[in-house]
Amino acid sequence: MKVLVAVKRVVDYNVKVRVKADNSGVDLANVKMSMNPFCEIAVEEAVRLKEKGVATEIVAVTVGPTAAQEQLRTALALGADRAVLVESADELSSLAIAKALKAVVDKEQPQLVILGKQAIDSDNNQTGQMLAALSGYAQGTFASEVAVEGDSVKVTREIDGGLQTVALKLPAIVTTDLRLNEPRYASLPNIMKAKKKPLEVVKPEDLGVSTASTVTTLKVEAPAARSAGIKVKSVDELVDKLKNEAKVI
Amino acid sequence: MSILVIAEHNNAELNAATLNTVAAAKAIGGDIDVLVAGAGCAAVADAAAKVTGVNKVLLADNAAYANLLPENVSLLIAELGKGYSHILAPASTNGKNYLPRVAALLDVDQISEIIGVESADTFKRPIYAGNAIATVQSNAAIKVITVRSTGFDAVAAEGGSAAVEAVASAHDAGVSSFVGEELAKSDRPELAGAKIVISGGRGMQNGDNFEMLYKVADKLGAAVGASRAAVDAGFVPNDMQVGQTGKIVAPQLYVAVGISGAIQHLAGMKDSKVIVAINKDEEAPIFQVADYGLVADLFEAVPELEGKL
Repeated sequence: MKVLVAVKRVVDYNVKVRVKADNSGVDLANVKMSMNPFCEIAVEEAVRLKEKGVATEIVAVTVGPTAAQEQLRTALALGADRAVLVESADELSSLAIAKALKAVVDKEQPQLVILGKQAIDSDNNQTGQMLAALSGYAQGTFASEVAVEGDSVKVTREIDGGLQTVALKLPAIVTTDLRLNEPRYASLPNIMKAKKKPLEVVKPEDLGVSTASTVTTLKVEAPAARSAGIKVKSVDELVDKLKNEAKVI
Repeated sequence: MSILVIAEHNNAELNAATLNTVAAAKAIGGDIDVLVAGAGCAAVADAAAKVTGVNKVLLADNAAYANLLPENVSLLIAELGKGYSHILAPASTNGKNYLPRVAALLDVDQISEIIGVESADTFKRPIYAGNAIATVQSNAAIKVITVRSTGFDAVAAEGGSAAVEAVASAHDAGVSSFVGEELAKSDRPELAGAKIVISGGRGMQNGDNFEMLYKVADKLGAAVGASRAAVDAGFVPNDMQVGQTGKIVAPQLYVAVGISGAIQHLAGMKDSKVIVAINKDEEAPIFQVADYGLVADLFEAVPELEGKL
C-alpha cells in the first residue's frame, strides 16, 4: 500500500526564538531550520511500515517555501521514495495546508497518511484532523502504536487519562506522538542517494486550492518574563520559605 | 452573539476543564449553551445545567458518541454549531481531536489553545512553546476555538439552573470504532487541576524512585508529573508528562525534582505561581525560572523534605 507522509520545515527545536522588536513575529533570520520533530517520527513510522512489507511506496509531501525542499530531501534520505512540494512563500493556516494536502491525497490515493501531531512553531495541532475531515477519512491522532491489519489500522493513542485504542477503516489519517518510535539518522550514502530521487514542485493554484485565511496575526509579543528567585541552602529553609513567605503549603 | 461550549466529561462526571472553557465564553460575551455529547451521560447534562452562566444544555445521548469518536461527534457539532457565533472546547486530548475536524467541516480556521480574550474576535495564544504570545483576529462567520484551561479562572460549578434539551440527531460516520482503553488509576488529584504539582525528571533514574515523590505528594495533596525525559525513559506513563506537547499546568506550587528545564518542559509549567527546583546541577536552566532553588542531591533532599512536611 502507498503511504503519504507530510512534513513541515520549522525552527530547530533547540533554538530559543526571539520576538522581533516591531512585534510583527519571531526573528527567523539566520536561525537553524529543521524538520519538525513530530514529522521525523511520521517519516520513521512510514519507513518501518515499508521495512515490514506493509507499505510499498512512501511519498513525502510538504506545503511551504522553496527552501522546504531541504526537509523533503531529508525525508528521502530517511527512506521516502519520492517527494512533492506544494510551494507557497506565504505563511499558510492549517486549514489551507490541509486543503493542499487533500488535493495531493486525491491525486496519490494513499491508503495511509501519517503526519506529526503538531508543529513546534505554530503549536496548532490541527492539520491532520482537518485533512481527515476534508477527506472523510477516520483519524488516529497522538499515536503511540500503529498496526495495519487487513483493511483497517489499529491505533493506540496517548490521551489525557492514559491510552486509548481505536480501529480505523483504511484509508485513514494518523498523527504521531512522541512515543511512537525513535527516528533514525540518515546515513551519508542515503543522503547522497536522496539527491537523485524525484521531487515534484507544484503550486497551490495548480491544485485548485485557495490559501485564503480567516485569521490575521495582529502582533507577537514576548511572554511576561519570569525572573530567577533565590537559592535556598537547606530543606529547612525551603520548607520555611514555602510556609511563611510564599504561603503555598 | 451565542456561544456553544463542548463539555469535557467521562459520561459520569463533568470535567472541571469545562468550567474554564465557560469562563472563556463569558469573557467573549453572549448566550452560552453547553453541548454534552456521549452515551448514558444524562448526569453530566444535569451537572452542566448547574454551572453558573449557562443558558441551555444540549444533551446528545447516543451510542455513536460513546467514546467521543471524532468522526461521529464532529458531524454533530458542525450541525449544531451552524447556529452559533463561537464554538469553544477545552484543549484536552478530546477537544484537540474533534474540534479541528469541526472547523474543517465548517470551512473555517481554528484558533488553538487561547489563553486570553481581547474581544469577541481577538484572542491571545502561545506559539513556539510559549516563547512568544500571538494576538490573532478572526473574521470567520463561526469562530472555532480551543481553550487552554490555565488561561481562565473556572466559573462556579453551582448556581445556574439551565434547561436541558435533548438532541435527537445521531451521526455515525461508520469509519472508526473504539477498541479499548487503559486509564491510569490514582487517588491523587488530576494534574490539570491540582493546586500543587511535584514532577520528576531524568534525575529520578528509574520508576521505583518516583515512590519518593508519591510520598511527598500524598502529604501535600499534590499531583505527580514528569518531564518528557522521564516518560521516554519508561519511568512513568505518558499521561504524567508536563510540557509543550503534554499537560499544561499552572498550580499554586510546582516542585521540579531532577528536571533540567528544557524549554519544552518550561512551556508546560512556567505559569505556575511558585516554582521550586531541586537539582544537583546548579547550572540547570530550571533554576532560571525557579522562585526557590535548592542545589542538592534529590535522593537526600526529597526524603528529608517529606519528613519535614
